[in-house]
Amino acid sequence: MSELTKKINLILKVWRQKGPKDVGSFKEYEAKGVSTDASFLEMLDAVNEELISKGDDPIAFDHDCREGICGSCGFMIDGEAHGPQKSTTVCQLHMRAFKEGDVLTLEPWRASAFPIIKDLMADRSAMDRIIMAGGYISANTGGARDANSILISKNDADQAFNAATCIGCGACVASCKNAAAMLFTAAKVSHLALLPQGQIERKTRAERMVAQMDAEGFGACTSTGSCSASCPKDISLVNIAQMNREFLKAKVFKEDQVDVGGGF
Amino acid sequence: MSKILDGKIPDGSIDKKWTDHKFKMKLVNPANKRKHSVIVVGTGLAGASAAASLGELGYRVKAFCVHESPRRAHSVAAQGGINAAKNYQNDGDSVYRLFYDTVKGGDFRAREANVHRLAEISVNIIDQAVASGVPLARDYGGLLDNRSFGGAQVSRTFYARGQTGQQLLLGAYSSMMRQVDLGNVQLNYRREMLDLVIVDGRARGIIVRNLLTGEIEAHEADVVILASGGYSNVFYLSTNAMACAVTAAWKAHKKGAYFANPCYTQIHPTCIPVHGENQSKLTLMSESLRNDGRVWVPKLKDDKRHPSDIPDAERDYYLERVYPSFGNLAPRDVASRQAKYRCDEGRGVGESGKAVYLDFRDAIGRLGESKISERYGNLFQMYEKITGENPYKQPMRIYPAPHYTMGGLWVDYNLESNIPGLFVAGEANFSDHGANRLGASALMQGLGDGYFVLPYTVGNYIANTKLEKVEKTHDEFKRAQETVKSEITKLMNIRGNRTVESFHKELGHIMWEYCGMGRNEAGLKRALELIPKLREEFWQNVRVPGESNYLNPELEKAGRVADFLELGELMCRDALERKESCGGHFREEYQEDGEAKRDDENFSHVAAWEWTGANSPPVRHKEELKFENVKLATRSYK
Ligand SMILES: Cc1cc2nc3c(=O)[nH]c(=O)nc-3n(C[C@H](O)[C@H](O)[C@H](O)COP(=O)(O)OP(=O)(O)OC[C@H]3O[C@@H](n4cnc5c(N)ncnc54)[C@H](O)[C@@H]3O)c2cc1C
Ligand code: FES
Repeated sequence: MSELTKKINLILKVWRQKGPKDVGSFKEYEAKGVSTDASFLEMLDAVNEELISKGDDPIAFDHDCREGICGSCGFMIDGEAHGPQKSTTVCQLHMRAFKEGDVLTLEPWRASAFPIIKDLMADRSAMDRIIMAGGYISANTGGARDANSILISKNDADQAFNAATCIGCGACVASCKNAAAMLFTAAKVSHLALLPQGQIERKTRAERMVAQMDAEGFGACTSTGSCSASCPKDISLVNIAQMNREFLKAKVFKEDQVDVGGGF
Repeated sequence: MSKILDGKIPDGSIDKKWTDHKFKMKLVNPANKRKHSVIVVGTGLAGASAAASLGELGYRVKAFCVHESPRRAHSVAAQGGINAAKNYQNDGDSVYRLFYDTVKGGDFRAREANVHRLAEISVNIIDQAVASGVPLARDYGGLLDNRSFGGAQVSRTFYARGQTGQQLLLGAYSSMMRQVDLGNVQLNYRREMLDLVIVDGRARGIIVRNLLTGEIEAHEADVVILASGGYSNVFYLSTNAMACAVTAAWKAHKKGAYFANPCYTQIHPTCIPVHGENQSKLTLMSESLRNDGRVWVPKLKDDKRHPSDIPDAERDYYLERVYPSFGNLAPRDVASRQAKYRCDEGRGVGESGKAVYLDFRDAIGRLGESKISERYGNLFQMYEKITGENPYKQPMRIYPAPHYTMGGLWVDYNLESNIPGLFVAGEANFSDHGANRLGASALMQGLGDGYFVLPYTVGNYIANTKLEKVEKTHDEFKRAQETVKSEITKLMNIRGNRTVESFHKELGHIMWEYCGMGRNEAGLKRALELIPKLREEFWQNVRVPGESNYLNPELEKAGRVADFLELGELMCRDALERKESCGGHFREEYQEDGEAKRDDENFSHVAAWEWTGANSPPVRHKEELKFENVKLATRSYK
């Protein structure tokens, strides 16, 4: 417990929706005596315990690791994906960020490609289908050569890693006024385009993933940058530029003229 | 009647066993593979790598996970790294040394043959991961970088900053998604396995609940693989994710699969201490921090001074003092116990007195803040987010927490349980870590099982077995479906006064108190009285809100806690029967100068428990362990 621990009281306006086909609405709840050391989800746990004791249905929200790495959690707090703290998932957001008497509005991700399941939970399986459409390197188990026979400059490895840290939470989509999935898709495209192992499928990958993104009903990118600003892992907009280049190259070059240049 | 189990360890010298065994296995003709189906429960590292590899071979795979996406499996949270005997650093590593370290680290309670195989395939895992695009750390020349980890004296740990598990999982996940795309793997997400179906003595299917609709579905196959993870959440507070549960393994156990060494649990020494009553989980601070951080407590009892006001002469760097040769890098079980001793002596720090310091002052002085930030930046940031304190300025406070479970379903050398056709991989099985797992070895084992062991042994099973076609309409499926449905109805209808969470918390307290870092006969006997009482109350007084034919997280949790309430009892029973201390199992009666005292004469065996029904005690079977290569010795890190 830090020296600054306090207890605060909050009002929550929460989107309640029983199931995908039901109509939803906001309901108000009090969160009383919340320790500022608690995480946001622990605060909701306490509200839920009380709801259950009173015979009400608890608020459903997705969560699992509670360490900011699995990408399960995520909803809007006062219109901001994962709440007010930069580079932070809602499970890592602590109540220190709030003060006595705050009134907070909690809503699920809103995007037509993310149908609501219940309350604060949305169905993000569309993102898996984007990965399915080429977000991989085709390397069957068993045939790999010695890992050190592939040299990768530290810089490329670091850049690829930075793109690969995307946790697939969907905050980028939820923050985008067009509900585009550009940042998510671009992060995977550049992760693999930056590595020598990813070159062979570079062209088809960008094409297929973008096509899938469109097919899922995600919107178009108008480069406002709100995706990257809301990203808990600080995935950079540079990735979107990289993907646009990949996509263009794929369109311009013929099947057999795969460009094996080094990325940015 | 107690039996002696056969681990089916192949003959021959330790370094030839796996090669010879692979050669002797029967193969399935490529054209026939399509006729065979495999169910994989769990898509963490073990399950995703197995599903991808079996799909590539041509089997029809059906994969299941409770998560919304396979990429969210708990493997994603692993921070520190993955071991492999590559010897890229030229510092004396080898397959044999990794084998030796793992057998010794496991306190001589693992099967030698399995461990050697794991060390052999460790090198292929890194190759496979890199081939599939995992961005492991590189040095300036473009070669892979390594660090030393978890009490090893060589640098054999590969890593991707503090997110190794995430990157490896995304690698295995993307390979699996490719197979989904190709139609070889059918992915069933948000499905919880709630029963195993056995037909004519063989595992032939599972019953799952569709977590979105509540529908109870049956799925049939020729083989069932469980890769459903570990059970640390029996302690309520642990470093595991919220959905980690024993349920899949436990349902298989109740259908006859033996549960081995349930009392072998690992308490990780470096976690952020508990901060209050509403805390829902504990956060691990990677062990790699001990490479540069120094662990200490004040020499004086109840010293309430700010850490920076305590001069060096009044600090006790106890790991360095007690273990001069390993110092701060002493293995997990040892480091955890030492922290407990210091706190029991009244020298713990922080509000609760249940914490010790992990101090970077000297490393920052030596290497500069930027070097430390490059190495551990994300961990320091996470620490600050959670505690509100800046570890660059004042030492971290850490305390041990339940983290990993070495016990699990019993499997033979082929990773097949005692139920034919039921294979178990990853943390869910008991096989390779004995009584204590070394750091960076779980990722290795999960991927090793999935990429390189199961594709062979499952094929061998299929090739050697006449598998009649079974339909989902078979009586066994119907019966299992009915059992699952009636259990859910029972839970929903109790409508009692206590929340699921409150039962889980109470169970956790009992387990931590009596079956945690230190165990003794009186405490375990006490727990064996408390747990059945709590279980009884649960079935009379739990309140599960909502409806069963909608998404209902409380109902999911209730089912998992019901299983933990049974597992907890078995753990205590196992701990009581094992009258020795070894690795993570520390019986206070059996020690020498505070160190674990094994009893090789009487306990050099695996205990594998058979379920005999809710109202009769389980039966303890044994598998004798033979140490033909690594000589039995007292583990010493002094
Ligand atoms: C915080 C933390 C850090 C760690 N760091 C390291 C490290 O640095 N190095 C290392 O080697 N190890 C580390 N470990 C240990 C290691 O991460 C795990 O042991 C390993 O990842 C487990 O992998 P798995 O595939 O067996 O299980 P998991 O990754 O837990 O996957 C289990 C899967 O089973 C599914 N499942 C579970 N129950 C059911 C059910 N009833 N029905 C359907 N599906 C089900 C889940 O959805 C999931 O897909 C760490 C562990 C923790 C907790
Ligand atoms: S719960 Fe895993 S990222 Fe928040």
